[in-house]
Amino acid sequence: MTAATAFTVDGEPLPFIPGQTLAAALVASGRVAWRTTRGGQRPRGIFCGIGVCHDCLVTVDGTGGQRACLVQARAGMAVTTGETDDE
Amino acid sequence: MSEPRDPVMASGPHGPVTTSEPRDLVVVGAGPAGMAAAATALDGGLRVVLVDSGAAPGGQFWRHPPLHAQGTLPTAGLHHGLRTYRALRATLSAHRRTGRLTLLLNHHVWTTAREDDGFTVHAVDRTRAPEERPVVLRAPALLVATGAYDRQLPFPGWDLPGVLTAGGLQSLLKGGGVVTGRRVVLGGTGPFLLPVAAALAARGAEVVAVCEAAAPSAWLRHPVPLLRNPAKWAEAARYGGTLARHRVPVRTRTAIVGAEGEQGRVAVVRTASLDVDGSPLPGTERRIEADTVGVGWGFVPQLDLLLPLGCDLADAGDGTMATAVDDGQRTTVPGLYTAGETCGVGGAALAVSEGRVAAVSVLTDLSAPGLPNARRLAAERAAVARHRAFARAMAQAHPLPPAWPAWLTDDTPVCRCEEVTAGAVRSAHADDAASDHRQVKQLTRAGMGWCQGRMCGPAVHCLVSARDQPYVPAERLIATPVTLGALADSGETTSDHT
Repeated sequence: MTAATAFTVDGEPLPFIPGQTLAAALVASGRVAWRTTRGGQRPRGIFCGIGVCHDCLVTVDGTGGQRACLVQARAGMAVTTGETDDE
Repeated sequence: MSEPRDPVMASGPHGPVTTSEPRDLVVVGAGPAGMAAAATALDGGLRVVLVDSGAAPGGQFWRHPPLHAQGTLPTAGLHHGLRTYRALRATLSAHRRTGRLTLLLNHHVWTTAREDDGFTVHAVDRTRAPEERPVVLRAPALLVATGAYDRQLPFPGWDLPGVLTAGGLQSLLKGGGVVTGRRVVLGGTGPFLLPVAAALAARGAEVVAVCEAAAPSAWLRHPVPLLRNPAKWAEAARYGGTLARHRVPVRTRTAIVGAEGEQGRVAVVRTASLDVDGSPLPGTERRIEADTVGVGWGFVPQLDLLLPLGCDLADAGDGTMATAVDDGQRTTVPGLYTAGETCGVGGAALAVSEGRVAAVSVLTDLSAPGLPNARRLAAERAAVARHRAFARAMAQAHPLPPAWPAWLTDDTPVCRCEEVTAGAVRSAHADDAASDHRQVKQLTRAGMGWCQGRMCGPAVHCLVSARDQPYVPAERLIATPVTLGALADSGETTSDHT
């Protein structure tokens, strides 16, 4: 997979098919959780898939609080996971 | 897929929205209702802005990848009623070419306001997310067609990774071509579970069980709406055929009552047969290995933009409140219209008919020249009545099992965001006399997190409120999170962008 169709997740390249959201690419790679809750450090990731539940938050190019299920993947994006839900 | 190049779907950066072109109607939501409403309003001569947060028109029901990806992310076989979708898209494309339609995709509307001469709609353009560009739209008429989202009832283990909403599984598949997991169990109630199961099975997942809480005989108590909607039979038969071909067992009067995880993902689902009141029957519990679970208990109308505008609500008959509308889809706020699931959950065919009826009301109220003939309008209204009757029967045949809280343990999280447990919610009710979800929120923080109670609200409501009270969502001043920068800019950019 070339860099043209990958973004990075915590520094590691993750391939995607153009048109997929960040969450779709993560789920396609087998990941369903990528952050933890503030209180109980419970894992969270994909749940509602349509932007309602906010479980799937990631940081994209330095901007936190992004719903991975709504953000279209673009080549070269730098996604970091492991957000705790501090607002 | 050999979809023709279609300007309505064209992606790429678009220039700032300018108000030098006057507009008659803003439609928020490009699902079945919003597409149909926009098409009818455009055909009647109005200038329309159609806004949607998605990357392609279609909403959740007709969710598609963005146009540039429709060759590499094929959706063949995943959709129902595509003939209507394609016709609506063709109509919208034609009007976009003439400049009468402005289609704003990847635009998230975060609030609306009523002005003397109409409505102001505040959105952010997230085409280049996480970048946000504020966009302000104004029009004398506003039509909200924001749909619905899956209703959830918590159970022990529902917050394990690999447990999704049924709609979430469907949106990953329709929008991103992704089958989540290998062994899937679906549960909840309502006809929506069947297309999700059929789609996943057809794309190679092993759907181990579909657990439908309702009894199949419940349908037989409502023969008239069933007989008057033969298209629904055909649709159900198609899904039934797919499920039979893939040997997917549908277990009725059965619910997912728990899930257990292993190495950070769901590994086992516990199911049980339900008594008449919905409580699990002792001795009927089964353990099913699965790496993915999809759950949905019907849907909750998405009223975030409607509530702050002050329109009246009405009991939708399925435990939720919906927008009160007259027979022309007018809300109680002049100039504000709504169609589809926001008027009570009833499916895409109903949404399309309501969208058309709503647009005719807009045309009438704005004295537009192009009203459709009376016979066509009468036919649409008859379709609305027929589909509404079907939706009411569906709601009665697929109720929430009254005793569902029996499967909660005290440590089951009810609010996923703030991790408030069933025990905490119950003691807020028992010890502090909280009798609605707002009081529970103040006492426990349930509903105070990122999702603002959209996920836990209906469940908290069931746990503390009187049985026959429908769920009234909390009013949220901001419908979707926006950056402070976009908030600050939205006032100033009005003159530039509108």
